[in-house]
Amino acid sequence: MKAAVVIFPGSNCDRDCKVAIERSTGGSVRMIWHQETAIPDGLDLIVLPGGFAHGDYLRCGAMASLSPVMAAIRAAAGRGVAVAGICNGFQILCEAGMLPGALLRNVALKYVCKPVALDVVNSQTRFTAAFGDRRHATMPVGNGEGAYFAEEDTLDRLEGDGRVAFRYRQNPNGSARDIAGILSEGGNVLGIMPHPDRAFEAELGSSDGGLIFQSVMASA
Amino acid sequence: MKATVHVFLKPGVLDVQGKAVESALHGLGWTGVADVRFGRVIEFGIDETDPAAAKTEVTAMCDRLLANPVIESYRIEVA
Repeated sequence: MKAAVVIFPGSNCDRDCKVAIERSTGGSVRMIWHQETAIPDGLDLIVLPGGFAHGDYLRCGAMASLSPVMAAIRAAAGRGVAVAGICNGFQILCEAGMLPGALLRNVALKYVCKPVALDVVNSQTRFTAAFGDRRHATMPVGNGEGAYFAEEDTLDRLEGDGRVAFRYRQNPNGSARDIAGILSEGGNVLGIMPHPDRAFEAELGSSDGGLIFQSVMASA
Repeated sequence: MKATVHVFLKPGVLDVQGKAVESALHGLGWTGVADVRFGRVIEFGIDETDPAAAKTEVTAMCDRLLANPVIESYRIEVA
């Protein structure tokens, strides 16, 4: 598998993502600076990592969504390349309009950092197939603005089309309908607030996050 | 000219900062306070002399970057 991880100024999970993908899939991972206008050919997965891109100024992900590299990523997603935005990456994909909705300030006004139990809502996607019959997963969250928001009709459409990939069992941040991860209409763009990159080996408390990268590898 | 943009969360989007400050004001005895909303104010100079043209430009800036139409609404002043 050929993967790439984008580095924005302020990204802080880019190395975690690289190591997580390498160790869970054996694939190769290129790092791409956000000022690049071209990305390598033949990528199977592009990851927008967690962190505080551009200092989260204005709104989380707002400035990053306009970084030069995003045009190439949008084009790759249009060709069907798998794109995963984790945490801050999810916020960036929403700001870029590549996923619907937005991430709001957590309801309790607190940064939440802990492992959370998730329901695997749809295991027939490019990002979840490796979960098979498993309906639960554990991964850490680490966010202050992780409350997923979308208009009611958008939420209905996401649920009706099987585009809710993960749900919180105990909602940590006030996300609409307990949503933790969603898919684009084409199913090849994933936004997920919990960190699969912090849960890819049993020593980390969970290896469930690795299943996401393995799912993408199997679909490549 | 000088532009001032006021950005607020849209009605229906829970403003948790507003709620927290509202309950603090209630705690201080201002129990009549309601509907506290938080927003941001963005000021900048713009190289325009025609207010209508300036407003058109600033509206485009709001739609592209300064506000997120999914969750926010905005109000523009140019002077």
